[in-house]
Amino acid sequence: MRLSFTVNGRQCEADDVWEGESLLYVLRERLGLPGSKNACEQGECGSCTVYLDGVPACACLVAAGQAAGREVGTVEGLAEGDGLGAVQESFVEAGAVQCGFCTPGLLVATDDLVNRVPHPSDAEIRESLAGNLCRCTGYEKIMDAVRLAADRRASSEASRSGKTDA
Amino acid sequence: MIPFDYQRADRADGAVAAVGVRPAAAFLGGGTNLVDHLKLGVAEPELLVDVTRLPFDGIDTLPDGGVRVGATVRNSDLAAEAIVRQRYPVLSQALLSGASGQLRNLATTGGNLLQRTRCPYFQDVTTPCNKREPGQGCSARGGYTRYHAILGASEHCVATHPSDMAVALTALDATVHVTGPNGQRDIPVTELHRLPGDEPHRDTVLEHGDLITAVDLPELPMAARSRYRKVRDRASYAFALVSVAAALDVEDGTVREARIALGGVAHKPWRANTAEQALRGAPATEQSFREAAEAELAEAQPVRDNAFKVPMARNTLVATLRDLAGEEAR
Repeated sequence: MRLSFTVNGRQCEADDVWEGESLLYVLRERLGLPGSKNACEQGECGSCTVYLDGVPACACLVAAGQAAGREVGTVEGLAEGDGLGAVQESFVEAGAVQCGFCTPGLLVATDDLVNRVPHPSDAEIRESLAGNLCRCTGYEKIMDAVRLAADRRASSEASRSGKTDA
Repeated sequence: MIPFDYQRADRADGAVAAVGVRPAAAFLGGGTNLVDHLKLGVAEPELLVDVTRLPFDGIDTLPDGGVRVGATVRNSDLAAEAIVRQRYPVLSQALLSGASGQLRNLATTGGNLLQRTRCPYFQDVTTPCNKREPGQGCSARGGYTRYHAILGASEHCVATHPSDMAVALTALDATVHVTGPNGQRDIPVTELHRLPGDEPHRDTVLEHGDLITAVDLPELPMAARSRYRKVRDRASYAFALVSVAAALDVEDGTVREARIALGGVAHKPWRANTAEQALRGAPATEQSFREAAEAELAEAQPVRDNAFKVPMARNTLVATLRDLAGEEAR
C-alpha cells in the first residue's frame, strides 16, 4: 500500500508498505526517522513512544495500516530548528541520559506531561512515566529532568501570558 | 511473525462478514495484546480486520439513565469522561490502574474485555498450555503460579483474567452488545467470560465472528460511591495480584445493597455474590465486611505459589468496604 499520513506536521508518503508492519518500522526504516527506538517490540518499555493524533502511544503496536491519514509526532519533532527543544535540553542538563535507548520515548512522554500538567507532583511524574522503562539510571536524574522541564515550560507560559509565576 | 492480510472495516456488518467466513481471521482493535501475540507466535491469523475506525467511539447517556460506551472508545478517553468519573468512579479508577498511558491511549473498550491471560506458559509457545493448544496439558499446574487463580479453576487451566476494566464492569452489571454472523444479541458482562472447565481455550461465550459494538452501564445511583482497589507487585504498570471493585449503599448504619467483584483471582472477573448476599441487611461494620469476605473466599483453592492471595483478597475487600462505609458516613 501507499501509506499517507502526517509526521511532525509534514505530509508524508511511503510506498510498498505492508499494512501489517509496525508504524515504528515505517518511521525508522522507510522515513529515516530513527529517533524512536525499537527495544521490546511489545509495548512494555515505551522506547518507541510517539504522538498519535496528539496522545502518546507505542509505535511498535500500531500497524502501518492503522496510521493511514493520522498525525504522528516523533522525538525528532521536539527539536527547535537545528537545536534541542526545552525538554531535550532539560535531559542533557540533568544528566538524565546514560545509554540513551529509553531517552527518546521518555522525551515524548515528558513533553506530553508538561504540556498537560503545569506543575506535576513527583507522584504525577512517576505515574506519567510508568510506561517508560530505563535500565541504567534508576530514574533519579530523569525525575530531575522532568521537574526542570516542567519549571521551564511553566515559566515560559507565564512570560508569554505576561504573568509572573508567583 | 507470519505475514497476514490487513483490511480496514468501515461497517460492522462488513467486518463481521470478513472475519466470519475465514476461520483464521481476527478483529484488530488497539493491538496492545494481539500484536504481542503475533510476535510471540501465540496468535497466527491470516487476516486482521481493523475495527478501530468503526463508528463506535461515542459515550452517550441512554433514555433510561444508563450510559452507552462504544466499543472503540479508548481506555484513556473512557477514564477521563466526566459522566464516568462522577457516576461510575470505580470504572474510571480501574481503567487508570491498568497498563500505562501509552497503552491506554491505544486500547479499546471491546479489546480490553477480550484481552487474554498473561499466564507466562500461555504466552510461551515452547511450554504446553491447554488454553493455547487444547489437550497439551497445563504447565502452570505444578509450575510458577504467583499470578494464578484461587477460585473457579479446573485441572486443565488455572489462569486469571487480566483486565481491570472488566472487574469494574462486572460489579456494575454492565451489558455487552454483540453483533455476529447470526445477528445481534446482548450479553450480561457477568456471563461474557467463562470459567475454564474442560474448554480453557474458550475465554468467553463469543463465537468466531462475533464483534462487540458497545457496553451499556445501567443507571445505578449507588455507583457514585464506588471504588477500585488494586494490589500489585509495584506501584504502577503491573497486573493485579488481587483487585476489588465495589459499591456500597448504607443507610442508618445498615448495608442496603453491595456490588462487589474481584480481579486477579479467577479465569473471569469474579462477581462476589456470596459476599453481597451476606452484606444485605447487615450492619456496616468491619466485622460484617470480614465475615462477608470470608464467606466469599471459603471455596478458595490456592495453588503452589499463591496461597497469599486468599488473605490478600479478604483484606483488600474489607479495606475497600471500610473506605466506602467511611465515605458514606461523612
